[in-house]
Amino acid sequence: MIDLQPLWLSLRLSFVTTILLFIGALPLAWWLAYSRWRGKLIMEAFVSLPMVLPPSVLGFYLLLAFSPSHGLGKFLAQHFDIRLVFTFPGLVIASILYSLPFMVNPLLAGFRSIPPELKEASHTLGKSNTTTLLKILLPNMRPSLLTGIVLSFAHTIGEFGVVLMIGGNIPGHTRVASLAIYDEMESMNYANANRYALILFTFSFIILLAVYGINQRFNKANTLP
Amino acid sequence: MTPPANMIRFRATKMLDTSQGRQPLDISFELEKGRLLTLYGPSGAGKTTILRILSGLTDIDAGRIEVDGQLWCDTRQNINVPARRRSIGLVFQDFALFPHLTVRQNLEFALQKGDDKKWVDELIALMELGALQNSRPATLSGGQQQRVALARAIARRPTLLLLDEPLSALDDDMRFRLQDYILKAHQHYRLTTILVSHYLPEIFRLSDEVISLDKGRIIKKGSPATVFLQEKTSGKFRVMGEIVAIIPSDIVFIVSVLSTNNIVKVIATSEEIATLRIGDKVMLASKAFNPVIIKIE
Repeated sequence: MIDLQPLWLSLRLSFVTTILLFIGALPLAWWLAYSRWRGKLIMEAFVSLPMVLPPSVLGFYLLLAFSPSHGLGKFLAQHFDIRLVFTFPGLVIASILYSLPFMVNPLLAGFRSIPPELKEASHTLGKSNTTTLLKILLPNMRPSLLTGIVLSFAHTIGEFGVVLMIGGNIPGHTRVASLAIYDEMESMNYANANRYALILFTFSFIILLAVYGINQRFNKANTLP
Repeated sequence: MTPPANMIRFRATKMLDTSQGRQPLDISFELEKGRLLTLYGPSGAGKTTILRILSGLTDIDAGRIEVDGQLWCDTRQNINVPARRRSIGLVFQDFALFPHLTVRQNLEFALQKGDDKKWVDELIALMELGALQNSRPATLSGGQQQRVALARAIARRPTLLLLDEPLSALDDDMRFRLQDYILKAHQHYRLTTILVSHYLPEIFRLSDEVISLDKGRIIKKGSPATVFLQEKTSGKFRVMGEIVAIIPSDIVFIVSVLSTNNIVKVIATSEEIATLRIGDKVMLASKAFNPVIIKIE
């Protein structure tokens, strides 16, 4: 039988990453959607970079940044005794950066799909930005919220290059399911590789099917005549 | 004794990007408390922009806005009170009702801290929304949505009610009934009201004052009669209208003119129709008889 630990680790990583990413991406997407600052284009481009960059590029620079011998890694190691290379927290930070566009872009599209008058109406009724966000904007972009959360989750499950470089494939700590497949294949355990692969394949397919199904129902229920 | 302070003192300039290119908006006016003012003019004249500036949704380049003794905007002192701190009720042209909330929830959302929910009941009764209070906006007709939007704008208890062509999407019958609701709200709560409209019967029925705008400037202001009835009143009968059909009949033509709900047919000779086209704005006048008034309601 296969070792289930890599699967649990993948789920844990995706779960933690998605929660933190949602909390961070929501204000970022809100700012990108409504800020009138022209330089926000640069920020938008940065957010989408991980979609086009090879994971090894991100992995390489993160390794440099996390390295305890200089820069940020040195600062963290000296002052807080935190090591990010080859550790789970390091994986989480790398995953957050790597999945950033998969959360931010759906949220951004969600904000932009809402007629600006709804936000303005809320302001003219005396409501703050926070109240407007929680009570008016978010309820009207539920499909985007779902899409962002699920895509980030699924994308983190499917990471390979970044987790390999930052995590180092340490069993029980940083060996996630996608790395386990590679390992089993390297050791010619094709049957085990196939089991991991099939589980990931089925899981990802079901998740995407569910998202599209829910969104379709939501859109049907909410179209104005 | 100081003279009664004007409710609104408004002075603003702003460069606008319109469909006719860049064009400056340069407007100043004052309005007394409790009055109903209509902004009139062709599209692109800046009517909606003035409402948005008053609401704090659009910034100005220079100017000063004072409402009910409070300074809302002064570019010289760098003061610009955000929309949510201005006591306004704005009815958007397309109503901007919150689609995920019921009619009642839309009104309750507008309540401020410490407001009694009975206030929502009162508004629902005033706007006759009782049967609809648990419906979502998507299931309502245009006229019903308009009433909800009006009720929601009043729910905040604003000192200033702003209506952006709220009746333009409705048919004449509905329009007439909704004018009643606007008058009711205006009189019942003594709200100082600014309405954007380019529909003359509506303006005459609702407004105390009219400001006629074109290309970002005020062309005329005063009572509806002084703004629209240029010439001195005379015993002659005249109405304005639009030509909807020109049909030849024997040696003359029958011109149909649509004027405030009625189609009037007028006989014209071929020389007379030479300059007339369907869609032309015309005036119908009589030369030889005096109109009589007959009460119908």
